[in-house]
Amino acid sequence: MQEGSVVDYDGLIPNNVGLKDDARVRRALETWHPGYIDWWMDMGPDGFQDALVYLRTAVGIDPEGWAKFGFVRMPEYRWGILLALPQADRTIAFGHHKGEPAWQEVPGEYRAMLRRLLVIQGDTEPASVEQQRHLGRTAPSLYDMRNLFQVNVEEGRHLWAMVYLLQKYFGRDGREEAEALLERRSGHQDRPRMLGAFNEATPDWLSFFLFTTFTDRDGKMQLAALAQSGFDPLSRTCRFMLTEEAHHMFVGENGVARVVGRTCEAMRQAGIDDPADVERVRALGVIDLPLIQKKINLHVSLTLDLFGAEISTNAANAFSAGLKGRYREDKIDDDHRLVDSTYPVLRLEDGTIREQQVPALSALNMRLRDDFIADASGGPRRWNKIIEEAGFPFRLGLPHVAFNRRIGEFAGLGADPAGRILPDAAFIAEREKFLPNDADNRFLEGLMRPEHRPGQCAGWIAPPKSGVGGKPGTFEYVRIEG
Amino acid sequence: MIAARIDFQTEPARYRHWRIATEGAIAELILDVDPDGGFFPGTELKLNSYDLGVDIELADAVQRLRFEHPEVRCVVLRSGKPGVFSAGANIRMLAQASHAHKVNFCKFTNETRLAIEDAGDHSRQFYIAAVSGACAGGGYELAISAGWVMLIDDRRSTVALPETPLLGVLAGTGGLTRLTDKRRVRRDRADLFCLLEEGVRGKRAVDWRLVDEVVPPSRWETAVAARAAEFAARSDRPTDEAGIRLPPLTRHFSTDGVAYEHVRIALDRPARRAFLTITGPARLPADLAGIVAEGAPFWPLAVARELDDALLHLRFNEPGLGLLVLKTTGDPSAVLAADALLDAHGGHWLVREIRLLLRRVLKRLDLTSRSLIALIEPGSCFAGTLTEIAWAADRAVMFTGSRTGNNSGPATIGLSPLNFGTYPMGNGLTRLQTRFLGEPESETRARARCGTLIESEEAAELGLVTASYDEIDWDDEVRLMLEERASFSPDALTAMEANLRFAGPETMETRIFGRLSAWQNWLFQRPGAAGESGALKRYGSGIKPEFDPDRV
Repeated sequence: MQEGSVVDYDGLIPNNVGLKDDARVRRALETWHPGYIDWWMDMGPDGFQDALVYLRTAVGIDPEGWAKFGFVRMPEYRWGILLALPQADRTIAFGHHKGEPAWQEVPGEYRAMLRRLLVIQGDTEPASVEQQRHLGRTAPSLYDMRNLFQVNVEEGRHLWAMVYLLQKYFGRDGREEAEALLERRSGHQDRPRMLGAFNEATPDWLSFFLFTTFTDRDGKMQLAALAQSGFDPLSRTCRFMLTEEAHHMFVGENGVARVVGRTCEAMRQAGIDDPADVERVRALGVIDLPLIQKKINLHVSLTLDLFGAEISTNAANAFSAGLKGRYREDKIDDDHRLVDSTYPVLRLEDGTIREQQVPALSALNMRLRDDFIADASGGPRRWNKIIEEAGFPFRLGLPHVAFNRRIGEFAGLGADPAGRILPDAAFIAEREKFLPNDADNRFLEGLMRPEHRPGQCAGWIAPPKSGVGGKPGTFEYVRIEG
Repeated sequence: MIAARIDFQTEPARYRHWRIATEGAIAELILDVDPDGGFFPGTELKLNSYDLGVDIELADAVQRLRFEHPEVRCVVLRSGKPGVFSAGANIRMLAQASHAHKVNFCKFTNETRLAIEDAGDHSRQFYIAAVSGACAGGGYELAISAGWVMLIDDRRSTVALPETPLLGVLAGTGGLTRLTDKRRVRRDRADLFCLLEEGVRGKRAVDWRLVDEVVPPSRWETAVAARAAEFAARSDRPTDEAGIRLPPLTRHFSTDGVAYEHVRIALDRPARRAFLTITGPARLPADLAGIVAEGAPFWPLAVARELDDALLHLRFNEPGLGLLVLKTTGDPSAVLAADALLDAHGGHWLVREIRLLLRRVLKRLDLTSRSLIALIEPGSCFAGTLTEIAWAADRAVMFTGSRTGNNSGPATIGLSPLNFGTYPMGNGLTRLQTRFLGEPESETRARARCGTLIESEEAAELGLVTASYDEIDWDDEVRLMLEERASFSPDALTAMEANLRFAGPETMETRIFGRLSAWQNWLFQRPGAAGESGALKRYGSGIKPEFDPDRV
């Protein structure tokens, strides 16, 4: 049998990493696991820890194993450690070490850099669970609630994945970092999560859908880049994580589509032709399209900050070191070293936004961001089809990369969502048109009334077209009384 | 590379990188580097990274806080940028700069860091560093020049000295030395710390004595304010006295040199030498009130500021002039009278500041890598404080007797009480003690002559000068000495002089300039750092630097 394919189905922790025989990691986990459960009880879904939830559990990496459906209480969820199967004779695909055999152990030279990459990735996983912990109480349907919890437990498992790598390969430092991952808290003044977007609130379900559409897509891009890593255990881990990330984005994109669909339907029924007639639309108890656009502006701009500075030494170093590749590195046709190539980057020059050719190595964050934008624009395309079919002259879109940024070239710049730089006063005056204001947020808050009856859906969102795990949309996905 | 003259004169209204905000006994000195304000074209000063321009402003601010704000008892060093304290010296600048510029830049920043410590130790104007955000390399070196270092514990902010892993150089602005000598960090922990690119945060930073305390963000501002108040309470600085303004120096630059009010530089480029002449006081106030009323024009203060500026000008703008001939002109009794004023009122804050400034300027002279020759001639006024200049010199030669046609009488040198403890060198000893390390009784003999003016033969006999020549020999001996000096290898002279000047005990200060700087300057010459494929040049490119694998 191939090494790495032995799966411990019976244990508490589904894994294919030979946990049974790995005293060192087992010992580390013995300490970490109770802390994780404490964290989950404190910071996991609020009010539903005893509910039975129809969840998918990954117990193996083969098609049968990675999606076992069944009712489970979330604290009893079997978070596991699963790595994609090793590829025989895998070599490092890029950077300075291109062509050398992929590392099975951490190269000492890159220990610190690699650990930092893992910690930053790991920190985002529990952060989103924390951000979303109150959403169960306002779920628009049991189907949506179940999807939320599925996303949450999987983010939890992704934390496990990073923690396994830290504990397996980084000794004492790794164990300390694993503990620290449980100590930081999203939005906490004293112990915030590492990245800005992960300290923002996810106050309502539209935010949740947009977060999973866009911010989880950043996660996908980062994981895809790490899946290229010359450090083979990281590559294998990320490859498996990516299978789950796709579902999160589906939850988001489909959720927004259902919101858009419901709004269009209600407008048509009420005979409203002008999507900008916000007051009348809101009176119908649905979310107006301009507000959806504002929320897109907010979430996309926060997400773009996650890609870091346009010109980045860290990104260059991680690529050259062979630790973090580009998105679909293996599909790119170039020398995979990038020492002499350039890449176009938008920069702020004398008050205008211009494209500049910069050394490709230092522009890797930008390249990933560009790939993200290409990937993310599928969402608005789909949503616009619904609006178009309903016959409304309104289109959703992604804001310009210079809009509402806090990190990088355009930080603090007063650019509108089309990328036009406005004088400060004009920007402040217009800001409310671009981003949700207090009234918008109050309106959304007012809409967020729970619908916990099986098969029912809140009025601001269309019911799902199909159910989950072979069950119909009307299925009782969460048994709240458990 | 830098066409314009580097100028060390500035004032808060012209700062681009720092802000001073004072409120009562507390001042905030806020680092907020203008990324576009770099010294070299094309170097963007990201993340509060600094270059010489930033440090010139810092030196000015530290000086002004002492003189212009006697009421300020504690200075809080902090960042004006969120999420970052300082990323240290700007790497692109270091990669572009000439070797000489790098060396002079580091020396100057070291002198400024020491001035911060000096302010706390002796002016009782205490510095605390409030580090919120990433604090790396020179940024951490700046922080630990403060007497107390606070680090925000937001699970992100770290202190780090990543120079070796990241850049193939050292934390050369006192960093390594302050770790071991000032903060007494255990050497194995210092070794771990210095190779940990990402740095250390939180409790471990305190346990290892890398910082003095960590504070969570929710208590940060109150904790910083409380700590500042606590330090302020320990100070003896006056609460009810006005500071004195430090106006811009009056200077005139010409092709032949620079003329200040009391200091003159005359350039002799063909001979690769400069003459620096200090004029003694023409008039002095009668008492303390007069000193305070006079302020910046008070001769000892004016001379100190001018000499300081002149030395920095020569260091940075006239690298080719390897020989600095030091002269004075004026009435030696008047210099002794000025010293008497400084001696009598040493307890007053302003006089204390002036004495401390003179001490720092004299140290700056000690550390100036030019051959220093003092000429003590008829009409000169090497007395008291100014005699220190003769002892700072590598050689001091004295004219015996009078000069034909000159009615100012024979050359003399004079000693004052200030020569016996007020102006220690970096090694902690006075120049006389250092001079007489092997014959301490000579210092005692000299002390007995305090207050009198000593003529050449006795000065030579007391060992206060290198040699004395009468009128017959003087011109020729001096000419030969200067010409011969100019013929030696400038590099070797720099190295030799630096070795001979600082005899005696090691201090943190001598270790910084003698050991740390020397090793750093060596690295700055090595291919692994400064070569085309070295770490400094390749920093940020993502391309691995190449190192010479052989240990030297």
